[in-house]
Amino acid sequence: MSRRAALLLALPPALFLAVFFAFPVLSIVALGVAPDGVPDPGALVRTWTSSSTLRVVAWTIGLALAATTLTLLAGLPAAWVFARFRFPGKRLLRALLTVPFVLPSVVVGAAFLALLGPRSPLNALLTAIAGPDAPQVRLDGTTIAILLASVFYNVAVVLRLVGGFWAHLDPRAEEAARVLGASPWRAFREVTWPLLRPAVLSAVSIVLLFTLTSFGIVLVLGGPGQATLEVEIWRRTALLLDLPAAAALSILQVGGVFLLLLASARAQERLAVAQRLRPAAETERAPRTRRERFVVGTVLAGLIALVGLPLLILVERSFAVGAGYGLTAWTTLGSLPQRAGLFVPPAEAIGNSLLFAFATLLVAGSLGLSAALAIGSRRGWLPQTFDALLMLPVGTSAVTVGFGFLVALGEPPLDLRTSILLIPLAHALVALPFVIRATAPVIRSIDPRLREAAAVLGASPGRAWREVDAPIVARAALVGAGFAFAISLGEFGATLFIARPATPTLPVAIYRLLGLPGPLPFAQAMALATILLVLTAISVLAIERLRGSGPSPF
Amino acid sequence: MPALELRGVHARYAEREVLTGIDLAVEEGEVVALLGPSGSGKTTLLRIVAGLEQPSAGSVLLDGREVAGVPVHERGVGLMFQDYALFPHRDVAGNVGFGLRMAGRPAGEIRERVAEVLALVGLPGFEGRSVARLSGGEQQRVALARALAPRPRILMLDEPMGSLDRALRERLPDELAAIFRRLGLTVLYVTHDQDEALRVADRIVLLAGGRIEADGSPEALWSAPPTVFAAAFLGFRTIAHGELGDGAIRGPWGPIPLPAAAAPAASSGPVPFLLRPDAVRLDAAGPIAGTVSARRFRGDHVLLVVAVAGAPDLEVELRGGPLPAPGDPVRLAIDPAGVVLLRD
Repeated sequence: MSRRAALLLALPPALFLAVFFAFPVLSIVALGVAPDGVPDPGALVRTWTSSSTLRVVAWTIGLALAATTLTLLAGLPAAWVFARFRFPGKRLLRALLTVPFVLPSVVVGAAFLALLGPRSPLNALLTAIAGPDAPQVRLDGTTIAILLASVFYNVAVVLRLVGGFWAHLDPRAEEAARVLGASPWRAFREVTWPLLRPAVLSAVSIVLLFTLTSFGIVLVLGGPGQATLEVEIWRRTALLLDLPAAAALSILQVGGVFLLLLASARAQERLAVAQRLRPAAETERAPRTRRERFVVGTVLAGLIALVGLPLLILVERSFAVGAGYGLTAWTTLGSLPQRAGLFVPPAEAIGNSLLFAFATLLVAGSLGLSAALAIGSRRGWLPQTFDALLMLPVGTSAVTVGFGFLVALGEPPLDLRTSILLIPLAHALVALPFVIRATAPVIRSIDPRLREAAAVLGASPGRAWREVDAPIVARAALVGAGFAFAISLGEFGATLFIARPATPTLPVAIYRLLGLPGPLPFAQAMALATILLVLTAISVLAIERLRGSGPSPF
Repeated sequence: MPALELRGVHARYAEREVLTGIDLAVEEGEVVALLGPSGSGKTTLLRIVAGLEQPSAGSVLLDGREVAGVPVHERGVGLMFQDYALFPHRDVAGNVGFGLRMAGRPAGEIRERVAEVLALVGLPGFEGRSVARLSGGEQQRVALARALAPRPRILMLDEPMGSLDRALRERLPDELAAIFRRLGLTVLYVTHDQDEALRVADRIVLLAGGRIEADGSPEALWSAPPTVFAAAFLGFRTIAHGELGDGAIRGPWGPIPLPAAAAPAASSGPVPFLLRPDAVRLDAAGPIAGTVSARRFRGDHVLLVVAVAGAPDLEVELRGGPLPAPGDPVRLAIDPAGVVLLRD
């Protein structure tokens, strides 16, 4: 591809990024530095050093570290079992265990609320036995609930990244250490662990990133006093209307995440060991001894319980209104709730979400494809820098994106507050890096000799591109579009800031319903969450089918 | 008129000369092996003929016509890539029929031709298979079929045995050679393996450091490699230097008389020469005394390594007869017919 064509292709995504990312972020900075239009950096420093901010920051970091440690503890044995052993149903189970990672955070929050909250099956049973004054077992509003939900959400990252890499490690290295006299544990520590470390580190940095910026789970499950930085930004904006303070926190958040990403990239570079990887099929075997079978069985049973139970209860609760089971929650989705909080029938949220997701697919899909073509088909520092710039929104939390849209696009020169496009644009910004990650490597990996082979066989340059590149690019573009669709369906953090009351999305509607008192809204929330779960699962399955064995976006 | 002619072709990558003045003509129906170590410029030469690279100087002629301005896709040459470069998103028929489709042939004709070449390479009925699921040997045959299908005026193969296992490497060169002969193809075959080149080609062009080091029939090259490099690359081990004079060459093993025809005038300095394995024999009356230092069984013969005082070891191939053991004293004679004078 010519330099000119690449520049032309890079233009639309660059413009999009400038208007919908750089402009909002700069607006936040301006608001933080000059709260009343007059530069006052002191205000920024005062917010940062106030005791309430320090408490929130310490809590956010502590919670993220605890959640990451627990995720690693749960994920590493699982990664080992999936990397080294062959057992029936392995593919299906791997796909099932990936489901939580692609679930919208609100659905995860709702599932754990169903499992551990006041309306859990256990509490329903207690009430049925001992009457309305029966003691309740509740874990919602506790740190334990948040941590459990975080592990549920992120364990797939460890399983996929570490397990995926582990499966390609040559087991003979460990066997050689055993023959040389190392105990199994020693062989793991001295041989496997050092080789595995880069994969573990990249999993840790991703899980840390997700837990540090976790919003939906904490908002749904956390009690007062458990606000993380993200939740605090939302609280200051929506409840306290203190926009400058929210801006100061946003700047802190973006800066911190950026430093984390930088540090993890450097650490991974340092730890990487050049080695020959082996096909996964060659490194796995059936468990041999009774002990191995027991360990593999226990790990798998634990994983299935961790992932399966909350989702099952979520669906089950949607049918439980009052005593016994019924379809009340489902049949009333089409009617307006009696109480304020949600101003349209819940069912309308389904249509809204699908419409927004489709619009996001078009916007992010086309922008992502043109960016990926520009980056993927040329080499050098310019495309590389562009690639890095396009990844910036990943390091910016969804809450900051939503807040930035609210601050920057709600007034002239660009007043999109009432525009129906606002939500798809925000979703496209969140999805764009993922779309590019799903497509650019595919485009870059097209062997240039295939084009040469086509040329030798008589294809002109244009024809060679159509015959060789186009089919591969088209498939990658479809995968990217699928990601945009799935991400839009579940996006919550940014949407909460900008969704208008008349057009809630599914996650927003679920959150609003969970905030209403009474058993019916709760069951309705569960019903909507079930619908969202199914929609997400369908789009992810479609992506997996299309993708085959291509590169993963994370 | 040669099917392919190169005149003074130079190629350069970032200041480094990869080819330095290649002159080469390949006749219609000739199978030429381009033999050379890695980095000798073999692949670059193929890519220049295909039009995938431009020479920095010199010209390429196909059927007597200069092709400098002709783009790759209009040259009508066949190239089988190293590691094949099969199109992963097309099945076997999609790969093999690609060139015909580019040429705008009707679908029925393509189908027939694909079936025909697949049968030719020993893969009848493979049309619908996915190329990703083929074995290495099958991929190689599909790549060959793809290159053959549009009936190119010259077929070029870049290390076609490169990624195959040993058993296939043993068998396939003969099958390839048979296909080349049957179709009367003009072939340029790149390899670094001298054994493969000897089995496949009518003519071997040995390339080293971007120059043609030797050029001739396999028999001629084998019986009289022209240079020290050629002799070493073909696997000959007993190479030494000696002074020419009085119809003999005086090397480390004493004077060896040369046949009148081979004996040039006296040299002014040391001249490199080669003792072919068949030149040295056990002879109780021979002039050279030595001690057997090792005995190696080689299947159809036994190789005796003999240490000679004050001179490099000599190797003797024994086929039958008494077998001396290591440590035994032996006497050797050198057959002048097995001595080849070399150039540096």
